[in-house]
This record gives sequence, C-alpha cells and structure tokens, in this order.
Amino acid sequence: MPPRLAPADPVTFDGARAWTLHPQVSLRPESFGALAYHFGTRRLSFLKSRTLLAVVESLAEQPTGHDACRAAGVPPEEWSRYERALDTLAESGMICPREAS
Amino acid sequence: MTITERAPARSLQQPAPPAVVGRLVDRFEQGLDAPICLTWELTYACNLACVHCLSSSGRRDPRELSTAECKAVIDEFERMQIFYINIGGGEPTIRGDFWELVEYATDHHVGVKFSTNGSRITDEVALRLAGSDYVDVQISLDGATASVNDAVRGAGSYDTAVTAMERMARAGFVGFKLSVVVTRHNVDQLDAFKALADRYGAQLRLTRLRPSGRGADVWDELHPTSDQQHQLYRWLLDHGEDVLTGDSFFHLAGYGESLPGLNLCGAGRVVCLVDPVGDVYACPFAIHDEFLAGNVRSPGGFTEVWRHSDLFTELRRPQSAGACGSCGHYDSCRGGCMAAKFFTGLPLDGPDPECVLGHGEHALAGRGGTPVPKPSLDHSKPSRPVAVAMGPVHRALPATPSRPPDRPCDESPLAASGLGS
Repeated sequence: MPPRLAPADPVTFDGARAWTLHPQVSLRPESFGALAYHFGTRRLSFLKSRTLLAVVESLAEQPTGHDACRAAGVPPEEWSRYERALDTLAESGMICPREAS
Repeated sequence: MTITERAPARSLQQPAPPAVVGRLVDRFEQGLDAPICLTWELTYACNLACVHCLSSSGRRDPRELSTAECKAVIDEFERMQIFYINIGGGEPTIRGDFWELVEYATDHHVGVKFSTNGSRITDEVALRLAGSDYVDVQISLDGATASVNDAVRGAGSYDTAVTAMERMARAGFVGFKLSVVVTRHNVDQLDAFKALADRYGAQLRLTRLRPSGRGADVWDELHPTSDQQHQLYRWLLDHGEDVLTGDSFFHLAGYGESLPGLNLCGAGRVVCLVDPVGDVYACPFAIHDEFLAGNVRSPGGFTEVWRHSDLFTELRRPQSAGACGSCGHYDSCRGGCMAAKFFTGLPLDGPDPECVLGHGEHALAGRGGTPVPKPSLDHSKPSRPVAVAMGPVHRALPATPSRPPDRPCDESPLAASGLGS
C-alpha cells in the first residue's frame, strides 16, 4: 500500500499554465459528467458535464489549460465558466500544475 | 455514508445548461452506473453483542463468501470504478482473511474504510494502517463514559475502543473516525465525544439510531426524545462540517436549516449493502427481504444486481411523497428514512417516526397493536446480554408492506462527502 501523502497545497487555476489530474485522483464517467475521487484527501467532487470531463482528461496532454479547453471543443467565450470549475478543482487538489513539456 | 468524509462533497456548478443536466440530486435519485458508497459486511461474527446492532450480528453464517469469492467481488468493484468501500460486520477483523482482503482491495484501486470495535487494533496493526493512504478506520463508541457506552456495547468495550484510539494516535494515524450512534443516553455527551476525538486526532462521526436489526428491540427506549432531537440539530449546526454524519440526520432539516451534506436518501441509487452471504440490500439499515435486490453469486454478479434488479430499478423511478406531500417541509426532509418507517411499522409513504413536526409520533400512536416487521435474518448469539433497561418487546408477526419502498435511505452517501459517512 502506498504511503499516506499530504494533500497538495491549494493553488489557483491559471489557464496559461500546464496542468494535470493529481496522480491520486480517479475519474469515473457518469451520464451527468463524472465523479472525481481523491484518495489522499478522501474528497469527492462532481463534474457536472461531459465537456468538463473532456477538458480535465485532456489537461495532461495539452500545453496549457486553455489548450485543453480548446481541445475539448469549448468555445473561447465559455472559457471563463470552465476556468471557474477548474479553479475549484485546483483548490481542492484534484488537478495540479505540471512542468510544461 | 457518506462519500468523502474528510471533507464535504463539492459540486462544481459548472457547464451544461440545466435542461441537459438538471439538479445533481435528481440525477442521483435516478441512480448511477455504480454506487458511490457501498457498505460490505464481511461477517456476521462478532465478539460483542451490542443491543442496537443493525445486522443482528453475533454468529458467523456458514454460507459467508469465501476468500476467493470476496476477491472476485473486489475485482468487480474495481471494474465498476467504485472508489472505496465501507467494510463492517459483525466485527470484520475477526475474519482470518480480513487483512488479506483489505490489501487485495487497495492493490486493486478500491479504497477501504472499515468499522471496528477496536479489539484487534494492536500497535503493530495501527502502524501498518498509518502507513496506508488507501485505508481509513472507524472506531465505534456509543458513550463518552464507560457506563453509558458499556450499557449498550457490553462490559469492557469502552476501554477497548479507547485503547485502540490511543494506539492509532501513537502510530501517527491522523483523522481516523470516532463513530457514535446518538441515543437518548449519550446525546448530552456530544461535547465530550468531540473532545475525545480531538484528543486522539480523530474526526467525530455521529449517526442516527435506526430501529433495524436488534435496534428494533431497543429503539423505543433509546431513540432521542423530540427535545433531544432539537438539541442535536442545534449542535450539528454549530459544528458544521467538522463533524461527519453520513448524511444520517436529513430528517432534522424539517427544523428549518439544512445540515451540511447532500440531503438525499441514496438507497439503491447511490448506496447499497452487500451482506456476508453476498445478498445485496438497498441500504445498510434495511436487511429484510423487502429490500433484497439480489445476490453477488447469481449470474451477472453484483453489477447485474446494481444495474438491473427489479428493486433498484423501482427505487430509481420518481417516488411519491404520499401523506407527506402536502407538508411544506417535504423538500427538506424528503419524508425521512425508509428503514426507520419500515421497522417501526409505519407506511413508507408517510412521515418518519422521528418527524420533527411530530407527525411521526401521531402515526406511531395510531399503530395500535399492528405488528411490525422483523428482520429476515438474525445471527444473534443465543444468550445475548441485555444491559439497557428495556421495556417489553412488542414484536410479533411480520407485516409485509404492500408496495416497494418510496424513500429508501442510506448511510449517507455523499453527504458529508468523503469516504463514507
């Protein structure tokens, strides 16, 4: 069994940076979107749309958060809504910044 | 019940127009592809004989799932992406393969929270638990003093639980749970329970006494009075998300303010119970044929039961508010707990027996000599200690409700969010 890790410090989402799903987080797609569960903090979050799920899933492969929104087909005028959701996920440690590749 | 108990569940008020997604709670009521919170009672064997045991535990059932069958069930949980399971019993650590199964689950990405009376928590076990990120522990205690606790859980059980908490704290396990069933006799000890939890770096979890299992025999004597319910409600509001409840007390929302957590009965929708012989029930408080959806040993296994059983399909249809439909508080309390109604002989589409508006008391008074349903299974040891001053037990013939439950309840699914209630 892996060691108990301290949850990451809360961070603010910045769409210009590179992000990834936290390694201790599992995503489970559901008809309304997805459930996200963090094994380190034992916290559950609900992603309330499939599009948001697609954004989160593409974070690790895209150079920036904004690119992930674009890749998931979110039009730029809606980015701010998604950024708010991503900020909530960042704050609870569900997603975290990664070194840009 | 609850989901992440460490922190409250967060719903991301994000994307997707309401017409497409709707309220999350409505989606939950229609059921999910897999449960969010699943309780698995591994054995009916127990070294204690608590007077209010939900599962009437005591003796092992010879039909209990084998190690191989348990592992196959865990494989299914992994395929369904069930994030974590709540393991209970009986006393689950009594099973010779308990640690093997815990390890198997966590190796297969299924987190475990298990409930224990603490009797098997040695220093060595506590150290091992403290080293795992995927195991959480819940120690049961029903009195902040030995006299109050032991009257319900048996002589010596207070010392056993406190010793286990000392060992957990010494091992560096921060944030394990101290789990308390609120009764008439301990409701004045809530501050003391909180202090006890704080002393050992634990988190306090309070849940509702249900008239299920042997709890039916003592419910009249032990359930909080209406004044005490209000006292509990105020205390919970004062302590907010610091205290977990497994969403147990959503019937108290009728007082006015909602308690933290998602006020939802998740039975068969987001939660369920798997018992030691593999039977799948709608919730941990409803071990009765009326709420039996199927068995994990049948073709298609647990997945088939969860997704396609007649009972769960019915529970996910829109439910009627029945006699509560004209009450202005229905949206808050949702008619209360299905199991509490069922095992006190009340109609499932009427008020909860502990309805804060007093409708339940009237309904109980109106029962007359109507018999109430008995649990379908009883694994109690032949001579169990009866430590609480209990009145005569008026249970006789089983009564069968004429229709499926309207509002099954659960151990609080998401409620507090974290791992389980």
